[in-house]
Amino acid sequence: MRNRMLIYGAVAVALAVSPLFLNAYWTDVLNNIGLYAALGLSLNLIVGHAGLFNLGHAAFYAVGAYTAAILNTHFHIPILVLMPLCGLTAGLFALIVARPIIHLRGDYLCIVTIGVGEIVRIALINNVFGITGGANGIFGIARPNLFGWVVRKPHEFFYLIWGFVAVTAFFFHRLENSRFGRALNYLREDETAAEGSGIDTAHYKLMAFVLGAAWAGMVGNIYAAKMTIIAPESFSFWESVIMFTLIILGGSGSIPGVLLGAFLVVGLPEVFRGFTNARMMIFGAAMIAMMIFRTGGILPARPRRYTVPDRHLAEESA
Amino acid sequence: MEEFFQQLTNGLAVGGIYALIALGYTMVYGVLKLINFAHGDLFTIGSYLGLTLLTSLALTDRLGPAAGIAVLALMVMGLVALVGALLERMAYRPLRQSPRLSAVVSALGASIFFSNTVMLIYGARFQVYPQGILPKTAIELFGLYIPLVRVLILGSSVVMMVALYTFIQRTKIGTAIRAAAIDQDAARLMGIDVNRVILLVFLIGPALGGAAGLMVGLHYGQINFTMGWVYGLKAFTAAILGGIGNIPGAMVGGLLLGVIEALGAAYLSVAWKDAIAFGVLIFILIVRPTGLLGERVAEKV
Repeated sequence: MRNRMLIYGAVAVALAVSPLFLNAYWTDVLNNIGLYAALGLSLNLIVGHAGLFNLGHAAFYAVGAYTAAILNTHFHIPILVLMPLCGLTAGLFALIVARPIIHLRGDYLCIVTIGVGEIVRIALINNVFGITGGANGIFGIARPNLFGWVVRKPHEFFYLIWGFVAVTAFFFHRLENSRFGRALNYLREDETAAEGSGIDTAHYKLMAFVLGAAWAGMVGNIYAAKMTIIAPESFSFWESVIMFTLIILGGSGSIPGVLLGAFLVVGLPEVFRGFTNARMMIFGAAMIAMMIFRTGGILPARPRRYTVPDRHLAEESA
Repeated sequence: MEEFFQQLTNGLAVGGIYALIALGYTMVYGVLKLINFAHGDLFTIGSYLGLTLLTSLALTDRLGPAAGIAVLALMVMGLVALVGALLERMAYRPLRQSPRLSAVVSALGASIFFSNTVMLIYGARFQVYPQGILPKTAIELFGLYIPLVRVLILGSSVVMMVALYTFIQRTKIGTAIRAAAIDQDAARLMGIDVNRVILLVFLIGPALGGAAGLMVGLHYGQINFTMGWVYGLKAFTAAILGGIGNIPGAMVGGLLLGVIEALGAAYLSVAWKDAIAFGVLIFILIVRPTGLLGERVAEKV
């Protein structure tokens, strides 16, 4: 336990000082990794904890990003102020979409979420309601302004993004041990048994889905702020695949695993940019090899043990 | 009214292609309970192999259009079947006992691997099939001009589908496939070599998908390394529409989806064409998850 905390602490410190030694390009790579780490953590609640296959997570990310972009460019509301609203719209959209489909079995749910993701992308391309800007997207989103500090350079965004990742990791870590988190884990392990012990499975599944989607909406806000321009192709099916893959490769249900997964899935292709064309081919082959040789991911979730305090045992025997 | 029938014939031709691809999905899902995400890319491979063989061997010049295309189709189907068998052996067989999620990721990995391999070999640009291989004649029927290509596509798809259905229903091997789809362990106890059945499924499905890829190349002329994804997704929708794991269902679903899409594009909006297909998918899963021809089965606990 001590050793592990030491390692995590060392990694966190190394990460925090890394922009001092990196150029703008590599800092930006780290920023992208941070965005995917936050997305991965939000999807991890749905896939890793509730056991729901969601391959359309990019749709909720898109709803958040577009909410931020539209309100910022039309009403000039500071972008980071819109954060809760982005979460709310993405969550609300997830609630409407997921309500009728949440009961579907694993693979079916997977394919429906792909369908939802594609419909959202097509809607964005077709300039739905005349506000999404069609295939060109929305540009001219204002730089984020934190109490007079205008975030502009990759080095500045680094602290904004990774600060948000830290908050995200903390939030989902606390959630894991809560009543809600434990209920989700029972649900994933054995739905029938969970139902039998009085857990309202449909409700918990839906809540996990909505909460994960809402969080992705907030990441969408940060993405819009970072890019200052957003377009439908940034929210394609492959974005969802990247989020899904990094969870499974890193270790589904495990927060350190998801963070490591983000580094591997988003970072490694950058490192191997020299092999430009072959890298995605190698990436695909690596995904297969990984599943064969290490099914649980690189840092799998450790089963949590609950021990009964001695006091209770004493009471029982008495 | 005339436009309606024109769209109908177009829809049926595209539907025939969807149905051929859907058969591969439905057979794999029936036996392995796995969505083979790489199946759409096998379709792409078929399309590209068809182009290479067509231009390098000049079959249609030597044998004439009809025989040339037939020989070409057999070659493409054989080669894509081999790729399919290799896929099963490398990416899916080692994961037979693993959790569902791992197999899904492996399938996605295989899809990325295949599409990027195609891109690496042929480049990212659209490739063009040589024109004028199939005669541009049209048949006149009740005042409608139906291009011969559409008739050929629909006709050959239907012939292949009927042949497959007869094979599954009437032969001993077909019975073995059906048995393995119902219960693999029981099938094994009856002396069926389940591994060979699965291998066979991964030979037949990709062969049909490869044939569909060749048809798209001949019909539309333009192919791209990413096209397998959209066709694959639509074909999977078709398989669900008809009832997954059900072979006649895949045929009906494919043709129906092709028609719905063509009519939707004509009367609603071309831009929303793809969204219509996915809308159908979501609607059918909410209303009748077992599909049109699927039977309602009690969930095992």
